[in-house]
Amino acid sequence: MDEKKTAWECLNLVHTKGRPTVRDYIPMIFDDFFELHGDRSYGDDKAIIGGIAKLDGTPVTVIGQVKGRDINENKACNFAMPLPEGYRKALRLAKQAEKFRRPVICFIDTPGAYAGIEAEERGQGEAIARNIAEFMTLRTPIISIVLGEGGSGGALALGVCDELAMLENAQYSVVSPRGFASILWKDASREEEACNIMKITADDMVRLGVAEAIIKEPVGGAHNDLDKISENIKEYLVEKIAEKCKKDIDELLKARYTKFRKIGEFTE
Amino acid sequence: MGDNKMLDNFFDVVRRRFNGNNDDDTRETVKCPRCTSLILLERYEELHRVCPNCNYHGRLSSPERIEITFDKDSFCELDANMISCDPIDFPEYPEKQQELRDKTGLHDAIVTGTATLKGIPAVVGIMDSRYMMGSMGSVVGEKIARAFEYATEKHLPVILFTASGGARMQEGIVSLMQMAKTSGAVKLHSEAGGLYITVMTDPTTGGVTASFASLGDIIIAEPKVLIGFAGRRVIESTIRQRLPEDFQLAEFMQEHGFVDMIVDRKRMKNTLAHLLELHGYTAKEA
Repeated sequence: MDEKKTAWECLNLVHTKGRPTVRDYIPMIFDDFFELHGDRSYGDDKAIIGGIAKLDGTPVTVIGQVKGRDINENKACNFAMPLPEGYRKALRLAKQAEKFRRPVICFIDTPGAYAGIEAEERGQGEAIARNIAEFMTLRTPIISIVLGEGGSGGALALGVCDELAMLENAQYSVVSPRGFASILWKDASREEEACNIMKITADDMVRLGVAEAIIKEPVGGAHNDLDKISENIKEYLVEKIAEKCKKDIDELLKARYTKFRKIGEFTE
Repeated sequence: MGDNKMLDNFFDVVRRRFNGNNDDDTRETVKCPRCTSLILLERYEELHRVCPNCNYHGRLSSPERIEITFDKDSFCELDANMISCDPIDFPEYPEKQQELRDKTGLHDAIVTGTATLKGIPAVVGIMDSRYMMGSMGSVVGEKIARAFEYATEKHLPVILFTASGGARMQEGIVSLMQMAKTSGAVKLHSEAGGLYITVMTDPTTGGVTASFASLGDIIIAEPKVLIGFAGRRVIESTIRQRLPEDFQLAEFMQEHGFVDMIVDRKRMKNTLAHLLELHGYTAKEA
């Protein structure tokens, strides 16, 4: 058993070169993956991959944020920072899954939605808002897993689900620690300090009611044993998808709403 | 830097003289954040904080907004005493909140309730940028969710005036989850057939734009207000160039298809009442 790592150590770990990405996991976890492209409105965002596959014999829809494994791949997928058309592709595939009664599996791995002129012009805010609202009432089971970084609304746009799992060293946060330091203290170099006070680890997520499960990583991190980590993820997914598919869909939706409805701390 | 400030002050004085105020230099002025023209504070307040030069619609407090928008004495507050806890034990967050409550008289960044417009009842919410830049934490999220649930149950329309810098950093991931909570409540109200009108005021950004603010059946904006997802500074540092002046203003967002109409403050009440009526909502019988 590893010593408990600090949030900063986890952040460095998920930034380790060679940490598996969604492209590594898909062939390890699923069979017969068919990638589907485009949002049918503007274009095909390479920061989000989506398609249909079989999970242990069951057809599922897979959607995930794409990190690159080197600088060229990262340039192609815009460092996993989606544009509005990426979120709209995800929504199109989710609605398609609903029509054909396929469960949806989302892999979250992004520092955040892309911040740029074209993203604003094409409605980054609207695209994220639409996904959040539509996923809340999507009439098919949804499981989301945070693979590495889950940054801000850009992550939540794939994070409205029946159950959320965190890989052991993954993080989920309102904004990247760097962005946090820059917004709050106007000093991005205080990233480490921000990281350690933000409560962004897998344990924090379970404690705060944001995540339901933590998927164990091999000793030293996911990059040390792709077979093992893929097996752990697959085992979790097979069990959860079977469990959620057995439930009455209206009950499932009620529970999904309640999961988010009860997060928050206030007094009256 | 200091020199620039001095120069600015010098020009302010010169401008004031040219504006013909030289016989009464003691009168307070404000500088329009959009066109930088100087406006006599008295005149600015008289115009309900609208710049007479460029028509930028300035920030209003929630009590002022209620006063100019809804029927006299019709506003009835819901969940008035809700205050936030400290979900991620953020340093000095409780103290900061206490200080703001004392200073503004507000309990958090939104006031919700019921009100009538020309006699037509609606559930309403007004965000107030004086309280931590209108940021959304547990209280804003909970109050909005409750407002929509109440409206769904009573078959009432919802009108929200948004003004927010986005998620509340001091509540960390809990604040991010309020985006899901509020959007979910909006969706259920919508599925039940309820009308939801968003009025975007200055500024509407970040996690608020990326959740309930963008989900209105009809999205209205006030002239020249800032609307966007990412902050200007963040974008400029990503793309390493200066952005055009009109970037992310209401008119820019309308041009790109994300705002239905831009409505002047003085026409807001009539416009909202008409829209409610067009959707079959009628005045309460006395």
